[in-house]
Amino acid sequence: MAVQSPPVASVEQVQDYRNNSLLFLTFRRLFRQRNAQVGMLILGFLVLVAIFAPALAPYDPDQSLIGVESIDKRAGPCIHLLGCPADQPEHYMGVDGNVRDQYSRIIYGTRVSLFIGFSTIGLAVIFGTIIGAVSGYAGGWVDNIIMRIMDVILAFPSFLLAIAIITVLGRGLQNALYAIAIVNVPVFARLVRSSVMSLKELDFVTASRSLGASPLRILFIRILPNAIPTLIVQATLSIGGAILEAAALSFLGLGAQPPLAEWGTMLGTERNQVFTSPHLVFFPGIAIMVTVLAFNLLGDGFRDAMDPRLAQLAKS
Amino acid sequence: MSTKKTTTQPLLDVQNLKTYFYTDDGVLTAVDGVDFQVAPRQVFGLVGESGCGKSVTSLSLMRLVDTPGKIVDGQVLLQGENLLDKTPAEMTKVRGSQISMIFQQPKSSLNPVFTIGDQIVEVFKIHETISEKDARQQAVELLRRVGIPDPERKAQAYPHELSGGQAQRVMIAMALALKPRLLIADEPTTALDATIQAQILDLMQDLRDTTDTAVILITHDLGVIAELADRVAVMYAGKIVEEGDTTALFDKPLHPYTQGLMGSIPVLGDTKERLEVIPGNVPSLINLQPGCRFASRCGARVEHNLEICTQVEPDLIEFDAGHKVRCWLYQEHAGHTPPLKAFADKKDRK
Repeated sequence: MAVQSPPVASVEQVQDYRNNSLLFLTFRRLFRQRNAQVGMLILGFLVLVAIFAPALAPYDPDQSLIGVESIDKRAGPCIHLLGCPADQPEHYMGVDGNVRDQYSRIIYGTRVSLFIGFSTIGLAVIFGTIIGAVSGYAGGWVDNIIMRIMDVILAFPSFLLAIAIITVLGRGLQNALYAIAIVNVPVFARLVRSSVMSLKELDFVTASRSLGASPLRILFIRILPNAIPTLIVQATLSIGGAILEAAALSFLGLGAQPPLAEWGTMLGTERNQVFTSPHLVFFPGIAIMVTVLAFNLLGDGFRDAMDPRLAQLAKS
Repeated sequence: MSTKKTTTQPLLDVQNLKTYFYTDDGVLTAVDGVDFQVAPRQVFGLVGESGCGKSVTSLSLMRLVDTPGKIVDGQVLLQGENLLDKTPAEMTKVRGSQISMIFQQPKSSLNPVFTIGDQIVEVFKIHETISEKDARQQAVELLRRVGIPDPERKAQAYPHELSGGQAQRVMIAMALALKPRLLIADEPTTALDATIQAQILDLMQDLRDTTDTAVILITHDLGVIAELADRVAVMYAGKIVEEGDTTALFDKPLHPYTQGLMGSIPVLGDTKERLEVIPGNVPSLINLQPGCRFASRCGARVEHNLEICTQVEPDLIEFDAGHKVRCWLYQEHAGHTPPLKAFADKKDRK
């Protein structure tokens, strides 16, 4: 009955299909992208720093060195190799107003910032995806109600809304995390909704329905995996923004509270010393910038890897 | 072909099916009172040009018409059970296991992010409690059966790695996975090139002979119908205008529209400057004019100078045994004598 497979090995038979999923192909393109390579390099470095912070930091980040070492508060960087007198204690980035080693604080700050970035956007992705998927698939009045609520949230400048949420919840790092997550939910809800709305019109959805798949199964198991690439792009780009927002909230004293080593807080507490002790704002600022840059480069790289045509356009 | 006549109780009995689309411009009568029966193991062809309501009919049978479309009237009896009375959850169980469907665009009908093996396995998992291993084995077996070479390895392939013909074979495998009673094939060969078309038709012919599944074959290609179908219905503007056994219908097309369709097929070895065409377009299905829907394009109406065509709509009457037609050329009406009386007498005799 059925056509017999030819006895001679055809090209197709030799081909290996194991690693040809779209996600795999995307990642392969991603690794060839210069932007993404730089982003991944920086990010990999930051992750390593965060993991090995205790080994890398010469001092306890929260410990004041008053009475431990003879050093003035807000003393500048002192690196022996670069000609700092050997009798002075070595502090690569100087010490802050409470005589804590700035370098150790920056290193530990990496942990806080990465945690903020991943946890806020993680929460936003989970809730945004569920809300957007249901909204896009159900359509009609369900969609209308959900999207109007999202519109209301989006109507506020996100930073002001975050401040407002913190005013209600109270200050502190945890509440700042919730605030940033809430502010980001509509972004993902809209994104997933529009993906689902276009995906649900495609033939394979009708085909799935004709084979007896239930609506929930179609939405979450058949449609959503197709929306993952766009989600990854948006999430990566948003993590940078979230870190920046958290730093800004902390700078204003609404987020992470002293003595926690958080870059925004460090900037905030020493902002009046910007002319007398520039190292105390310079290093945290650089740290924030490098981290956000890494995520943005990676996000751009992802976007180009997902859609090679777009990348071609950008080049020309 | 003659062995599979509509003598037993029909597997599928569609009665007065009406599917309307409520658009901003008005009500679009995409399917307007369609009746037909499909016998077990029969291949039933549904022919017509684009926009005549073939696809909407098939989606209505599956109850997959989306808003603004709505099935407003009729019955779809599958083995005596009205599918239109079922709850959505019950209907979900029917789809895939009792009726399934294959589509025009095989490549886009497969989910791009899963391997074809996964997609076939899923069909088993939706409807049956079956172990992953057994399901996978059956999936490979199915792929072999529909003529996919090296099925074990090919099950690991993603849809973008398949050719159109292979994708359609996979779709057929998925649709037949649970041995449904009825398979709806909506233009299964339209998107494929000619040689692949022939292969897919061979496969379908082969499956028709080896399984118990009845097929509704929807197409605009009369050649495909002639090759595969036992019985044919010709649709025009949401209505069936002629229905009969394939041989009878091809030997003696009754309706002017059917005759026009036949005339527009190129015949090998026949030298013609131009192919014959049916003048005009399918009428808009919103705000239809009274009378026969084909009247504005009908040569026979002009030839016989019939007035009734633009006033009253004809009925689908049985003209010969099993050969039905909807045309004033054959039907009597108060003050109207059908011009083709010789045929009409035949009908009275019956």
